Amino acid sequence: MPDPSPAIRLRGVVKRYGDVTAVDHLDLTVPDGTCVGLLGPNGAGKSTTIRMLTAQAIADEGEIQVLGHTLPQDSKAARAEMGVVPQLDNLDVTLTVEQNLLVFSYLYRIPRAERKAAIERALDIANLRDRRGSRVDELSGGMRRRLLIARALVHQPRLVLLDEPTVGLDPQVRQELWALIDRLRTEGTSILMSTHYIEEAERLADTVVVVSNGQAVAVGRPSDLVAEHAGAEALEVYGPPARLREVEEVAQVRGWPTRRTGTSVTILRAEDLDGDAPEGERRVANLEDVFVLLTGEEVA
Amino acid sequence: MAAPALPARRTSRGRPRRLDRAALTGVLVREVVNFGSYWRASAFSSTVEPTIYLIAFGFGFGSLVSKVNGLDYVQFVGTGTVATAVLFSSVFPAMFGTFVKYTYQKTYDAILAAPVDTEELVTAEALWIAARAGVFGCVPMLVAMAFGLDPSWGMLLVPFIAFIAGFGWASFGILISAVMKSIDNFSYVTSTVITPLFLVAGTFFPISGLPQWARILANVNPLYHCVQLVRDAVFGLVWLDLWHLGFMIVFGLVAWRLAILRMEKRLIT
Repeated sequence: MPDPSPAIRLRGVVKRYGDVTAVDHLDLTVPDGTCVGLLGPNGAGKSTTIRMLTAQAIADEGEIQVLGHTLPQDSKAARAEMGVVPQLDNLDVTLTVEQNLLVFSYLYRIPRAERKAAIERALDIANLRDRRGSRVDELSGGMRRRLLIARALVHQPRLVLLDEPTVGLDPQVRQELWALIDRLRTEGTSILMSTHYIEEAERLADTVVVVSNGQAVAVGRPSDLVAEHAGAEALEVYGPPARLREVEEVAQVRGWPTRRTGTSVTILRAEDLDGDAPEGERRVANLEDVFVLLTGEEVA
Repeated sequence: MAAPALPARRTSRGRPRRLDRAALTGVLVREVVNFGSYWRASAFSSTVEPTIYLIAFGFGFGSLVSKVNGLDYVQFVGTGTVATAVLFSSVFPAMFGTFVKYTYQKTYDAILAAPVDTEELVTAEALWIAARAGVFGCVPMLVAMAFGLDPSWGMLLVPFIAFIAGFGWASFGILISAVMKSIDNFSYVTSTVITPLFLVAGTFFPISGLPQWARILANVNPLYHCVQLVRDAVFGLVWLDLWHLGFMIVFGLVAWRLAILRMEKRLIT
């Protein structure tokens, strides 16, 4: 029997730090067994939201339920059933790969009889079987990230929180981690992943929640969000700054939706343009168009 | 990458309680495993410094003073520096270690994301430091034995006294690290609190010769009570030692609860 209640449910959650409202009446649902991507620029409240799910930050208003437990009072029971991959690497660097996993097998209360098997399984997930005896400070950045993820999975959690899982990593390592996360999702683990990489959300998330200034500004499947907010095609017009301003003015007069990128002006819903559209390159609309349109910000 | 078999889902085992053993064990295991990589440095700094004090004062003053309160000076200092070793091996690791773990290494973020609460985290850290202090505290006494301190059965109590005192000082150190905004500010505490307490504790000279205000100060100094208790354990217990023990226990309990309170404020935002 699948659990009918969602893995995570936030209702009207508010979190203030002094005068700053980091999370502002946020509603968020992670259906059981799905991957939800929390997509937003830096400072949108993603990390604060993740901290509230482990009761390391306490909401000022609203309701939070994780795996059927009400937070913050039952957060310990919830934490026992979930794994957290933090944005900042906090492995014990003077310990070996295996020792790091051993420590977390205790912290996550794995019974003695199952401990050895759990560590072996985590080593497989991280693909670090032959580096088990290496100290963490001898590992490459990619290996450390894999270990950080495997550490969060040592107790086979029903839910995994990933806070910017691939930030600062090179493209090969990033793809390797995507494969790992994708396998986790295929196996039925519920995932909440914060990211500001569009491609990451597009590839991995069943549902994307676009957050800006602590609020959810759009929710849906990536392809639906693109169709709804950015249409089918985009027209990129390149040129010197004066030319770009000119294009923007024309677009404003004609009511074409545009967004600026560093080197071009993008006219969205290009499929609706008549013959008098400026010269440019047509391409398929993507989630980045939606993101910039909704949050007004550029991304990496 | 070899795909491991589909994991069997773990079901929850009832609602966890406060201060539960599994959480304490988890934090302690982390410390014990980590200790394997730094125990030499830790044992060195925690024991060599008090031993230097013991030898310097023992021979330096020992040539001027032959007896203090009916004891040979080396016996007096040899038992007194047990408390110094306890203090140094508990309050400093607690202050610096805790600060480094929650500020720079973000270790506590990882632990609190697991089913461990701040109360359990602080308690386990203090217990661990106290256990180390219980061992390191005995070193000056063993060194003093090489210089003529006679063995006695009461010496077997010293590790336990050192543990109780170490728990208090560890909690105090964690409290300081939770209150301070920067690691540089620790020197204020070291200079204005720890150094005076260390000197006015009856370690190197009896407090009976001090002015009254200093004697009163010594009586509220937990380290003084530790010094007295260790000395009496070695040379013969008296009823007054219950007061020394009681004072140390109350100090430990108060520092422990305050450390939890302030750490919660620091870690849970």
